[in-house]
Amino acid sequence: MSVAVRVIPCLDVAAGRVVKGVNFLNLRDAGDPIELARRYYEQGADEITFLDVKATVDNRDTMFDVVQATAEQVFIPLTVGGGVRSGEDVAKLLAHGADKIGVNSAAIARPGLIDEIADRFGAQVCVLSLDVTRDASAESGFVVTTHGGRTRTSIDALAWAREAMERGAGELLVNSIDADGTKAGFDTELIAAMHEIAVVPVIASGGAGALEHFAPAIGAGADAVLAASVFHNAELTVGQVKDALRAEGVMVR
Amino acid sequence: MSERPSVVVLDYGSGNIHSAAKALEAAGARVEVSADRARVREADGLLVPGVGAFGAVMTALRAVGGDEMIDRRLAGGRPVLGICVGMQVLFERGDERGVVSEGLGQWPGTVSELDAPVLPHMGWNTVDAPADSRLFASLHDERFYFVHSYAARDWTLEITNPKIPAPAVTWADHGGRFVAAVENGPLSATQFHPEKSGEAGLRLLGNWLSTL
Repeated sequence: MSVAVRVIPCLDVAAGRVVKGVNFLNLRDAGDPIELARRYYEQGADEITFLDVKATVDNRDTMFDVVQATAEQVFIPLTVGGGVRSGEDVAKLLAHGADKIGVNSAAIARPGLIDEIADRFGAQVCVLSLDVTRDASAESGFVVTTHGGRTRTSIDALAWAREAMERGAGELLVNSIDADGTKAGFDTELIAAMHEIAVVPVIASGGAGALEHFAPAIGAGADAVLAASVFHNAELTVGQVKDALRAEGVMVR
Repeated sequence: MSERPSVVVLDYGSGNIHSAAKALEAAGARVEVSADRARVREADGLLVPGVGAFGAVMTALRAVGGDEMIDRRLAGGRPVLGICVGMQVLFERGDERGVVSEGLGQWPGTVSELDAPVLPHMGWNTVDAPADSRLFASLHDERFYFVHSYAARDWTLEITNPKIPAPAVTWADHGGRFVAAVENGPLSATQFHPEKSGEAGLRLLGNWLSTL
């Protein structure tokens, strides 16, 4: 008996529509978030992640509506990230039906945000999302970027993950900016490096393009795999990914 | 066909009660989110959700008189279902890294941290339910969604009166076994989140509704 590996479709949402960029820069519309979330639920998704990629003030209200409508018909955990800057943002998202909240750039700018969320709502609510790129000048060979991968920092990705876990992050969503949008497979070296230090679950993200890409991410130590465009474009179903994992001896629901 | 049972989801400022209410509706209940004593007393079932720290949940529960409402319902044999920390507070006390908080004391024992390399225990796990469990009827092979770091790791309630049926205790495992669910007369509880456990969770809620 043990926990099954989770398969998590991620919906990048802007102005109430799902978009997915190639290498995060050119966004293109891929559908209605509520309808897509329900489709993934029916396909056996273990969780749904919404990422508010243009979290401006106008967009926030649209996002609350999307989360609420989804939570009314999709009975699996919902994670929402993008533009979360305060405990109040978290309280409002939870009240609209989110279960977990992803923090990224705002936590890099103000790490105390993680303590604030964990203390007030519990560590299980706080997902640290890291957009990571390779950088030979960093001790671990990986640094974090901000603002959807557009801005490179000098912060070592593994050191940041360690600090965030100490502050109360309950999960690490590790997204490889280098692999993101390439559909060439997950960055298994990055996942293995994170797994090595993680005392909380690790979600592997970035690079999924084919069925055979998922099992190596689990082999590298991921507790969950996240993908976006391969699901939105109906190239793969959640069920196919689970069958492929099962065929490799990975335990799934 | 009988009328749909009424359920109050206890509103005491705990995290995501929206989902619990919607899931109960989907499972066939008439649902109201309330902390009104009369509404809580009159409902066919009371659901006690719970997210966050044990002590904080207890403080918030007491602030709305939830401890007394639960006592009164149970004294009258009226069904109550606790979920996640809403289950944990039914035990005597919670020990969260040395911070010991008093619980509702419906069941003996202490809720303590799981002994596993990766916490929280987050995801879909199997459970080991007794064959005669009503909650898990036709759900014995399903997985349910857990997210927690603490749990009751022992079950010590002894029933000595042969006229009182023994509680049905369901176990799960994450770095050692822990109590995943209890069915004890009118008082039931799950450590996992049925409202987040897809179709299996909705069916479990339906099983509970059928006992109301």
